[in-house]
Amino acid sequence: MNWRGVVTIYRFEMARFYRTLWESLASPVISTVLYFVVFGAAIGGRIEEVEGVSYGAFIVPGLIMLTVLQQSVSNASFGIFFPKFIGTMYEILSAPVSFYEVVIGYVGAAAMKSVIIAGVTLATSFLFVDVTIRHPVWMLAFLVLTSVSFSLLGFLIGIWAKDFQQLQIIPLMVITPLVFLGGAFYSASMLPPFWEGVAKLNPVLYLVSGFRWSFFGLADVPVGVSLLAVGVFLGLGMLAVWYIFRTGWRLRN
Amino acid sequence: MTAIVEIRGLSKVYASGTAALSDVNLDIREGEILALLGPNGAGKTTLISIVCGLVTPSSGRVSVGGHDIVRDYRAARALIGLVPQEVSVEPFAPVWTTVSFSRGLFGRPRDDAHLEKVLRALALWDKRHARNNELSGGMKRRVLIAKALAHEPRVLFLDEPTAGVDVSLRREMWDVVRQLRDSGVTIILTTHYLEEAEQMADRIGVIDKGRLLLVEEKAKLMREFGRKRLTVELVAPLAALPESLAARGLAVSEDGTRVTYDYDTRAERTGIAHLLAAFAAEGIAVRDLSTRQSSLEEVFLRLVEENA
Repeated sequence: MNWRGVVTIYRFEMARFYRTLWESLASPVISTVLYFVVFGAAIGGRIEEVEGVSYGAFIVPGLIMLTVLQQSVSNASFGIFFPKFIGTMYEILSAPVSFYEVVIGYVGAAAMKSVIIAGVTLATSFLFVDVTIRHPVWMLAFLVLTSVSFSLLGFLIGIWAKDFQQLQIIPLMVITPLVFLGGAFYSASMLPPFWEGVAKLNPVLYLVSGFRWSFFGLADVPVGVSLLAVGVFLGLGMLAVWYIFRTGWRLRN
Repeated sequence: MTAIVEIRGLSKVYASGTAALSDVNLDIREGEILALLGPNGAGKTTLISIVCGLVTPSSGRVSVGGHDIVRDYRAARALIGLVPQEVSVEPFAPVWTTVSFSRGLFGRPRDDAHLEKVLRALALWDKRHARNNELSGGMKRRVLIAKALAHEPRVLFLDEPTAGVDVSLRREMWDVVRQLRDSGVTIILTTHYLEEAEQMADRIGVIDKGRLLLVEEKAKLMREFGRKRLTVELVAPLAALPESLAARGLAVSEDGTRVTYDYDTRAERTGIAHLLAAFAAEGIAVRDLSTRQSSLEEVFLRLVEENA
């Protein structure tokens, strides 16, 4: 195992994050403030409480999930697409590192960025609402697992993408709609029975539900099922990585 | 001399059906400079890319320092440095970070003294804090070499190191390569410039259409490349060669207006001066003279025919 290689990739990627720290943190903070203004103040005025939790506090886990999913996918996909785009990928491919080590380096850095941004988003929300976290260890576990799973997805998108359009299309067309329809801003139980059934086909609902449970003890689905969903996500991502490692898909001729 | 790189029966057929390499066998000796010479699309880059792990071979095997490049890829790749043809460096990172990254990626512990030595040798030390996108094209090319040397490789592959590089920089690059060889690094460079191969290499491999046509000591090969033909145009046609000229291996054109003479530019005496003196002594008036070196293409064609 070339751990030094893994750490080198991780540090190089984090250095990119620190070089643009202001931009990296400003955008999620501004988005969070806007969501609080729009959803918290405007809609919160009409819905005061959801299952005993104030609406403003209720949307915090969903907001963090939204940020984490978007950031994980975009950071990891860009991280691996950039060397492909500028042509420096040759060095990664000719180095004595296995594909798994490359994945750990890039995905580890992307997931860490997401966790940091999630922390900043949570801290911002404290300025607006009173949030208590009932199960902080589980909260962190869900956060880390989700960050890693979606960074892995982002990494795969970055490998798959042949141009910037393809790089953007999955986050834009798939991730954002799934989060909005995954109960980030409402409880699935607030939907009519038919739409509640449809919502439960959305994998992101399970992530948001589990994450919200770690905050308030409230969930649309049992927390074990949420944990299983994260596990399945992670498993599928790893399977895809294994396939790429075996075949060199989109990397080696 | 022992072989540091052994290539046996190496073939590559791309998914498009293009056969880029066919049954290449090659031993690269430790400490030598081997130039792979061939036109664009000959398979030079594919050969290098397979050895370095960028392209998967269709068949055959390669070992570097006794390590198979597939089964024992970590040990094999740790010995190799690659300078690619395209100048591609992370634009926003400083030179020092870029070079440190390469060393770490290859699993080597931090060694600032080594990196300093490499950067100084490549005249990049003063630019170590500059971002790559602030550097000139020639400097970026040297950054690529610095990256390839950061992990102290024993074998260095330079893919078209001077393609599109001006004459002064080209000579500078040649000096760098010679210094590297003197420090014990085995160097394989690809080029389609005859002059480059001539200046740099100990041995030259000629590759065309995916086949390695020959690998030969430079001196021997240059005798082939060094053939020149002198064409003498005469004022009046010759009916026959005078006796004093007949023994010099001259050929007269059918109409008798042109005489051709083949000679070796590397020979101590090319015989041209004597020849022209003999023309004067025989009173043969010369209208014009021209010389032509056998082109790389002609050499290729001859090699292909010989190897068909």
